[in-house]
Amino acid sequence: MKAAILVFPGINRERDMARALRLISGSEPAMVWHAETALPAGTDLVVVPGGFSYGDYLRCGAIAARAPVMDAVRDYASKGGLVLGVCNGFQILCESGLLPGVLMRNARLKFICHDVHLRVERSDTPFTRGYNAGQVIRVPVAHGEGNYEADEETIKRLEGEGRVLYRYCSADGVVDEAHNINGAAHSIAGIVNDGGNVLGMMPHPENHVEDIMGCTDGRGLFAGLTAHLEKAA
Amino acid sequence: MKARVTVTLKTGILDPQGKAIEGALKSLGVDGVASVRQGKVFDIELAGADKVKAEAALKDAADKLLANTVIENYRVELIG
Repeated sequence: MKAAILVFPGINRERDMARALRLISGSEPAMVWHAETALPAGTDLVVVPGGFSYGDYLRCGAIAARAPVMDAVRDYASKGGLVLGVCNGFQILCESGLLPGVLMRNARLKFICHDVHLRVERSDTPFTRGYNAGQVIRVPVAHGEGNYEADEETIKRLEGEGRVLYRYCSADGVVDEAHNINGAAHSIAGIVNDGGNVLGMMPHPENHVEDIMGCTDGRGLFAGLTAHLEKAA
Repeated sequence: MKARVTVTLKTGILDPQGKAIEGALKSLGVDGVASVRQGKVFDIELAGADKVKAEAALKDAADKLLANTVIENYRVELIG
């Protein structure tokens, strides 16, 4: 794996992400500053990490989405390159047009910082092949704006094309309003673009990858990506 | 030349911040508030004096950055 982690001013989860990738893929990811106009040669995974790029000024992710490096990411993604955006990274991908929709303020207005359960909707994608379809995983969330919304047409298309990969649910996998922590449309926690090569998700799988963290449910995502890229190589 | 770009949420988009402000106004006893929607105002100074060019630049700014047109509308005004 030759991962490139984008670094914007105000991002704070890039080192957690680098640690998880190093641990699971065995390769050292490159840290790529936002002002760069190209990705390192041979990059096979771009990660947009979480944090508070530009202090969430204007709208979450809005300014980072217009950074010079994002043109290179758009170009790379249009050729089928894998992109993973987590939390603020998901917001940045939506603002940059790489993913449809928008992340609004949490419906109950509170910043939510605790573990949640996610149902993995399908296992036949690079981002979920480390799990079984229907499997429930436990990962943390930490966000104030994670309420995914899009117009009816877009939601219908996402559902129809099986592009919702992760959904908020109960410990035993029930998707209902009681477990929809932030009010997201259809309890959406993570979606892919129409090419299936760009994933955005609000929860932080990189924070549940070692025993010391109390849970290792996040490993499957990175293990799946590693296996996918090894097979492709 | 001075200009103002006003960005507002589209109709039908849930606005939890507006709702919270509405609740606070009601609890303050401000009479007659039916509903509140929160938006943003950008006061912008432009270097040139060409109104047509200015409007085009402001529209460009709003489309590219100031508004997220998935959920927001904007209005551009030149105020002399």
